[in-house]
Amino acid sequence: MAKLIMSLDNAVIREVPLDKERFTIGRKAHNDIQIDNLAVSGEHALIVTILNDSFLEDLGSTNGTLVNGNPVKKHILQTNDVVEIGKYKLKFVSEVPAGAASVADFEKTMVLRAPMGKMNPPGPGGGAFGDTQISPTATHTTTQSKPPQPAPTAAKQPDKLAAIQILTGPSAGKELELTKNLTTLGKPGVQVAVITRRPHGYFITHVEGVTFPVINGKPLDAQAQQLNDHDVVELAGVKMEFFFKNS
Amino acid sequence: MIVNLGTALEVVTATDPGMVRSHNEDSIGTDADIGLAVLADGMGGYNAGEVASGIAVAMLTTEMKKAFEGNEPHTLDGSGESLAEKFVRENSAKANAAIYQTAKSQPQYSGMGTTLVVALFFDNRMTVGHIGDSRLYRLRKESFDQVTRDHSLLQEQIDSGMITKEQARYSQNKNLVTRAVGIDPEVETEIHTYNVEVGDIYLLCSDGLSDMVQDEDIHSTVSTLQANLPLAAKQLVQLANDSGGRDNISVILVRVMDDFAVPTGWFAKFKAWFR
Repeated sequence: MAKLIMSLDNAVIREVPLDKERFTIGRKAHNDIQIDNLAVSGEHALIVTILNDSFLEDLGSTNGTLVNGNPVKKHILQTNDVVEIGKYKLKFVSEVPAGAASVADFEKTMVLRAPMGKMNPPGPGGGAFGDTQISPTATHTTTQSKPPQPAPTAAKQPDKLAAIQILTGPSAGKELELTKNLTTLGKPGVQVAVITRRPHGYFITHVEGVTFPVINGKPLDAQAQQLNDHDVVELAGVKMEFFFKNS
Repeated sequence: MIVNLGTALEVVTATDPGMVRSHNEDSIGTDADIGLAVLADGMGGYNAGEVASGIAVAMLTTEMKKAFEGNEPHTLDGSGESLAEKFVRENSAKANAAIYQTAKSQPQYSGMGTTLVVALFFDNRMTVGHIGDSRLYRLRKESFDQVTRDHSLLQEQIDSGMITKEQARYSQNKNLVTRAVGIDPEVETEIHTYNVEVGDIYLLCSDGLSDMVQDEDIHSTVSTLQANLPLAAKQLVQLANDSGGRDNISVILVRVMDDFAVPTGWFAKFKAWFR
């Protein structure tokens, strides 16, 4: 289950488990988290938790709600996000359940559907993970904790940027930086090769055409080949050099 | 089958367990001759996921082939529904029943289920059936669109305006589907039929691709490498793995190379004899 750790001037005041669907934060007494400070609006912000996601929403407060220093209207909280309301800081922590066998087990696809008969939805922490989840609608909360799953990032890029320089033909001298995931070279319909940028380097692969690209005098086969600094690629009659950019 | 689609369609597949999972619970099946592509992403403990997706794919490929012996998908049945839609619906229901019964009778498979996406090409059209969060995308000229709409909690939240597509990337609830094959005695397959154009490329994929790789990157990969579909399929799997490969990854790419309209006039029928 996720929780908020509330602090003021780096001193922890209290911990609030997000154990129900809606949590209101504000100055007035009826809020779930009351912050009695004039910088805080009467109804300042709201946190709605649905299964593994907690949504933070600013309720049109006078002084706004910040997450990690940036003002937000609506935000899906990620673990270790710091919510600032007035001078108060609320750190959002989504807990990893104890006894987690492996991260992968928690990410398995599960089905959400209407409850049948007497079957009870598994309570928090109840039921084996990976079990079918039963929940009538999207707004019903069957909390089952799961370790935070980082959002997919674009494939990691190699640290060093590379480029190719054309050595022969009419465009000799031209340079092309390989910033994209995929860069195609050659003439469509005649001969095309692609250079892919991957976390561990750059690779060249033949795409189309009867003749294959030649790397340092050796023809490429059907497999991708990693490019090294100063490799010379010959493609559709044009020679070009692959090299890593300095800096 | 009178019209053989094997020459009008190029079909390429790839499936990979990914970087984290020890086994592959996805199943894929294709039959270019009848214009069929099926992809299923199984779920359930131990190897039950593989069993469920395997049943779904086997059921669809064998039953559809049987169903179209002596029948043509573009013809209408009594109620005005094309046989293509009717057979996709009936055979998805059969797969559902088979998985549900197996799960009930064998305790080790209890609770297993699978997503399903089926594409059936006929008469310059395509009938798409899907259940769950496996997807079908279409590349037509410059535009790349998601054709199916996931049956998932996240999609419901997007539809209700609760979160944006942008925010959905950061959701923790990616793994929750609201519909699956084999969980309940009956399931509704969402079925639509679309016109197909020569040059279109269709991508069927499991969420191991679409959760790990953003649509723009899928688009640029398919469009850049469209001259070499096997390489495009390989590259998509590699892209998902380079981004973490947290789930099984399966892709089916279908390129429409030629017109495959059902011959209508007497001359067209006559010509069809010599194809």
